[in-house]
Amino acid sequence: MNSPSTELPRSMAIYEQFHHISRWGDGFDSNNTGSSAIVPADVGLKNKAEYISCEQVEPSISDQETNKPTDKIRRRLAQNREAARKSRLRKKAYVQQLESSRLKLAQLEQELERARQQGIYISGASDTGCFGLPGTVNSGITAFEMEYAHWVEEQNRQICELRTALQAHVSDIELRILVESGLNHYCNLFRMKADAAKADVFYLISGIWRTSAERFFHWIGGFRPSEILNVVVLQIEPLTDQQHLEVCNLRQSSQQAEDALSQGVDKLQQSLAEGVASDLCSGNYKAQMVDAIDKLEALENFVNQADHLRQQTLQQMVRILTTRQAARGFLAMGEYFHRLRALSSLWAARPRESG
Amino acid sequence: MHYQVDSWGYHMPARSIGSDPMERVVKLASESAVVIFSLSSCCMCHAVKRLFCGMGVNPTVYELDKDPRGTDMERTLMRLLGNSQAVPVVFIGGKLIGAMDRVMGSHINGTLVPLLKEAGALWL
Repeated sequence: MNSPSTELPRSMAIYEQFHHISRWGDGFDSNNTGSSAIVPADVGLKNKAEYISCEQVEPSISDQETNKPTDKIRRRLAQNREAARKSRLRKKAYVQQLESSRLKLAQLEQELERARQQGIYISGASDTGCFGLPGTVNSGITAFEMEYAHWVEEQNRQICELRTALQAHVSDIELRILVESGLNHYCNLFRMKADAAKADVFYLISGIWRTSAERFFHWIGGFRPSEILNVVVLQIEPLTDQQHLEVCNLRQSSQQAEDALSQGVDKLQQSLAEGVASDLCSGNYKAQMVDAIDKLEALENFVNQADHLRQQTLQQMVRILTTRQAARGFLAMGEYFHRLRALSSLWAARPRESG
Repeated sequence: MHYQVDSWGYHMPARSIGSDPMERVVKLASESAVVIFSLSSCCMCHAVKRLFCGMGVNPTVYELDKDPRGTDMERTLMRLLGNSQAVPVVFIGGKLIGAMDRVMGSHINGTLVPLLKEAGALWL
């Protein structure tokens, strides 16, 4: 047998390739042509000697000795080609499976991240009973989530701007613009919430869209106006006697309105419970469900009225106060919510006692 | 069929006065200082009632679901408010104030209390 190194350059190139292949082949069972290992596409052979003798056959060096085992060799070659082809197909299928799994994994990770941030609130998932993967995604709520994230960023920016402006003692006209922006920003929030309430009022009521500390103070889908007035009033002294009176009236009237709405919601709860709980033993509940759905639709009205109250209270506050006081008021309010959000993060990240 | 009241001499069927739902609404609204049109099942109506009671006001409440002419009046109120919801609706001193949002808004901006005092529903 001729040494491969004395062959034509073409054969040498092939030898290099084959040398590489033989490393792959080291772990192989020579009888196992159907192994699942990945084999380079071009060459499927395991037997060095046979391959080289094949090369010798093709250039048709008139060597009669090599013509005798041709049939056997051809059969072997065909089998190897077939094995290689099957191997390639298996590899292709495997790679495709890997690719689609990778995509699925990326999707799941994304959903998990979102769910983690929302505290495992995937609209309708727990309601429809299939926990873990989302049922239908509520596009109205998804849109709100994104817009609200932007709203908070803009809010933080406005707080910084207010603080800078107040420290720099800018003119009242400039402060007025900032106060108007602040008020407008809240009006935007209430508009967004009105749309979200149509999409899923339970989402707003649950407070899942806010941070934990904020949620502690949650009242009918948002902050309690009288609480915010209490927070702000301390920061905007000194007030004139007239202003003091007006602020007291505002606090009292917002408190009364809050109590009225709370009692309305309590009545709704009671009415809903009575409706759902009627005729429990019959096991038949279609009529009760229809009645309950109607009642739940009233909840949207309450959230809207609560937001309306929040807006009215802020607008009245701006009316009562001077521009500078109103600017300090908005700064105080913004900073207060910012601190509650920060508190929530700190709380979530706090080191826990082990064991 | 009902007739307009042109002259006192006209004989009208007893049913005609107030059979026009709008007339009835206006009539009832002017009979008391604070009038609330409501539905007994409506929770927002309950809220507005609690608001007035909480301020020490004693409103006159008409539950339209308990009234034989209630449905017509509901329709009239819907048109009056330009709203798909007829109730709750509040009149003070015979004047239309509006639905819950108007009532709360006027309380917050300080105009509700003077109106109530003017109508004699509130004393300092």
